[in-house]
Amino acid sequence: MQTFEFAQLAIVGPELLLAVGAMALLMLGVFIGETSTRIVTGLSVALLAIAGLWLIWDPASGSAFNGAVLMDPFALLMKILVIIGSAAAIAMSVNFAKEENFDRFEYPILVILATVGMLIMVSANDLITLYLGLEMQALALYVIAAINRDSLRSTEAGLKYFVLGALSSGMLLYGMSLIYGFTGHTNFAGIAEAMTAERSLGLVFGIVFVLAGIAFKISAVPFHMWTPDVYEGAPTPVTAFFSAAPKIAAMAMLVRVVYGAFEPAVADWQQIITFIAIASMGLGAFAAIGQTNIKRLMAYSSIANMGFALVGLAAGSQEGVSGVVLYMIIYMAMTLGTFACILAMRRTDGMVEDITDLSGLSRSNPMMALALTIFMFSLAGIPPLAGFWAKYFVFLAAIQSELYILSVIGVLASVVGAFYYIRIVKIMWFDDGEPAFVPMAGELKVVGTIAAVFTLFYVFVAGPLSTVATAAARTFF
Amino acid sequence: MADLPILTITTFLPLVGALIVFLIWEDSEVARRNVRMVALLTTCLTFLVSLGIWAGFDNSRADFQFVEKVEWISEGGIAYHMGVDGISMLFVILTTFLMPFCILASWDAIQHRVREYMIAFLLLETLMIGVFCSLDIVLFYVFFEAGLIPMFIIIGVWGGQRRVYASMKFFLYTLLGSVLMLLAIMAMYWQAGTTDIPTLLAYDFPADMQTWLWLAFFASFAVKMPMWPVHTWLPDAHVEAPTAGSVILAGILLKMGGYGFLRFSLPMFPLASDTMQNFVFALSVIAIIYTSLVALMQEDIKKLIAYSSVAHMGYVTMGIFTANVQGIQGAIFQMLAHGLVSGALFLCVGVVYDRMHTREIAAYGGLVNNMPKYAVAFLIFTMANVGLPGTAGFVGEFLTLLGAFQANTWVAIFATLGVILSAAYALWLYRRVVFGTLDKEALKAMLDLNTREKVILYPLVVLVIFFGVYPSPVFDVTTASVDNLVATVQAAIDSEARSALAATGN
Repeated sequence: MQTFEFAQLAIVGPELLLAVGAMALLMLGVFIGETSTRIVTGLSVALLAIAGLWLIWDPASGSAFNGAVLMDPFALLMKILVIIGSAAAIAMSVNFAKEENFDRFEYPILVILATVGMLIMVSANDLITLYLGLEMQALALYVIAAINRDSLRSTEAGLKYFVLGALSSGMLLYGMSLIYGFTGHTNFAGIAEAMTAERSLGLVFGIVFVLAGIAFKISAVPFHMWTPDVYEGAPTPVTAFFSAAPKIAAMAMLVRVVYGAFEPAVADWQQIITFIAIASMGLGAFAAIGQTNIKRLMAYSSIANMGFALVGLAAGSQEGVSGVVLYMIIYMAMTLGTFACILAMRRTDGMVEDITDLSGLSRSNPMMALALTIFMFSLAGIPPLAGFWAKYFVFLAAIQSELYILSVIGVLASVVGAFYYIRIVKIMWFDDGEPAFVPMAGELKVVGTIAAVFTLFYVFVAGPLSTVATAAARTFF
Repeated sequence: MADLPILTITTFLPLVGALIVFLIWEDSEVARRNVRMVALLTTCLTFLVSLGIWAGFDNSRADFQFVEKVEWISEGGIAYHMGVDGISMLFVILTTFLMPFCILASWDAIQHRVREYMIAFLLLETLMIGVFCSLDIVLFYVFFEAGLIPMFIIIGVWGGQRRVYASMKFFLYTLLGSVLMLLAIMAMYWQAGTTDIPTLLAYDFPADMQTWLWLAFFASFAVKMPMWPVHTWLPDAHVEAPTAGSVILAGILLKMGGYGFLRFSLPMFPLASDTMQNFVFALSVIAIIYTSLVALMQEDIKKLIAYSSVAHMGYVTMGIFTANVQGIQGAIFQMLAHGLVSGALFLCVGVVYDRMHTREIAAYGGLVNNMPKYAVAFLIFTMANVGLPGTAGFVGEFLTLLGAFQANTWVAIFATLGVILSAAYALWLYRRVVFGTLDKEALKAMLDLNTREKVILYPLVVLVIFFGVYPSPVFDVTTASVDNLVATVQAAIDSEARSALAATGN
């Protein structure tokens, strides 16, 4: 048995930094009082930036705490993504906080605490670590969803999220207990080793329950019910946060669980993932058609996107994992950019959320319309935009694994999905009428522009990014 | 000169123009004129540069020329690989040639959002040229699909009354066809290990796989072409699109389907093409006869021309899948001629539409009295549409019929019926619009062609007659590549037949 060494802390350095930093910021906020939101928000972004830069410049590698935490190229990439997602989400709340009486310094601190949880999820190589990370993230998210405590919708969203989240955690725990019972291990490597023998039915049950619990976190069908309500009810910056970083962390966790722990049972979980993927793509595509609220629409869009990402996972190959990694990178850019535009949907009398409020945007605010058009076409998967390449590589992996039916259903779902994305383009460009929005806030411009440039000019970075994704995926093979 | 990446320059020059237009920020009358001028100069310059391709093209070679290759996404084996051969080169020229006319045709007709309009058109030009120059199948797909975005915007923003419906239908229909092709492209990548078109052309796909791949590609190209019964998006898109949009749609976008058949379906899946020959023949003949009959009943000029396009594309698909030299040469020529003729017909419609703002045939009549120059130009294009000997329309139609006759006599007989029907609808249209008495008050005030319209229509008149009398410049370019194509297809079919024979012999 490995003894504790101080040097092992380096593996979880950024997590420690964020945890300690969050506590310091909390003290700062408490002492300064309600006026501290701006300072705390700025410092939070700075803190996340430092953690991100630490990961980029001085990445640790190896495992710590008896193999409970693992730091490899895959974890590194996903952690950087999570941090970027969280930092962008905090940054995008600045103007909203000022305008909407959303002056709560707890918000950025809770996001940081959730981020710590997510980083642990990404690194987790043990069922217990995984659960700790997941719960740390989830508890912070429950509070964030209900942070606008005077709003009925926000509290309802928080409660709904909490009840269903607790249920899924229960399923996850039950699955873990079954797996521990049948393999005698909680460590992923140990589980994988024990699984090579004849699999018992109980173990398969365990796998199913664990996957169901995780599917809830990535809001994959049939565990998606909370998503539209929470997306719609939570304050918009919170929705923006929910749709990016937690999804990436949960997807990374799923990848690690199935490849790290359940690798030998690939035939078992492949069926489950395939079903979840098909169901998510299909439901996400069809259910979004009737939506009038753009946040709700984005909820279904994220369900469909998780379905597409899972196509790569279902392939069960290195190319598949690389496709998932690439998909999450591109998905994050598109979704953050879209939410930057949604947050800019503000008239003098407050935020608006109806799709029809975008009418005539191409005349009243051509640059915002252009950016949102890029995101919509990209989400619809039209080349040469980034969203096309995301779908290209996951389906490439699926075809390699001869999952033809899954692929055909997937691309057909993407055509159905294209309908509601281009409907938004149609509303912006072909209809006219609605009055202009107030000018976009600076931080939204920054996030929106970076995301739009990335999405539009993805072809120029496609080569290097694919190499990075492949290197990350090689971790498991 | 030889070292210049001329294909890349031709492809992306319009994009540079689009960028300049994008930077013209203000929206005054002067700015709008500048925008138009930039767009016109860019398209003219692009045309001139593209003539350099023709000038430097070696007619005796069947392989790809002006090849450029840069590593792009090594993980997916994708490269930025450009090049043209005898089949694709003339489509590049056709694209660059038609674009200045489109800009000119929109000079007065488009008055709102001129800047966005020109950006969309220049972007579209880049993407269309890219389709014909790509030598990497994923690069091809990127250009092929990306073209949907500007066209969607063009129809939706500057179109007619039902523009929203038409643009949505256009977008979703073509996207639906293409995604299946994308899956086939991926399957080909895993089978052959590359997305490089020249390598794929030399690769022998297993016979049973060919059929599936062929069907997937067919789904995309048949919609794009469009073939009966998936042609229904075309009349809607044509009718609602602005004049220049219709010209591009009929002149270039439809040719992408035919080009796709020639570049991918026929040479890469020769066995499947052979198996499916009768299926394509049947669809083509139905398209020729059925859509001609439908065209007869139209009351909207643009819709009539749209249906006639579907019928003419029927000759193209029929010619391509005869897989003999006459048929394929005819199909290529028919596509080029149709690009000129249908483009010109839509421009003619645009001339009267700009004056009357209606496309109803019944609203016109007797135009010959006050618009004689217009009547002559329209007559020549109508005759070319009918396929009168001496016009460009005849050569292609005749050759495809000749090819079809070799392959299947019945097909040729039925297809020839279409020639008669096309004469019927085209001449009847001409009679109703141009001849008759000029008794409608609104028409009496209409002026004949102005200078801008003369500049648009007269060169097309000259070319339509020139290529009808002297088609050699086109055939000189295509012969080597087409001969090579037919030879490889035939060799593949023969070797399959031999191995089948050997198998039964044992």
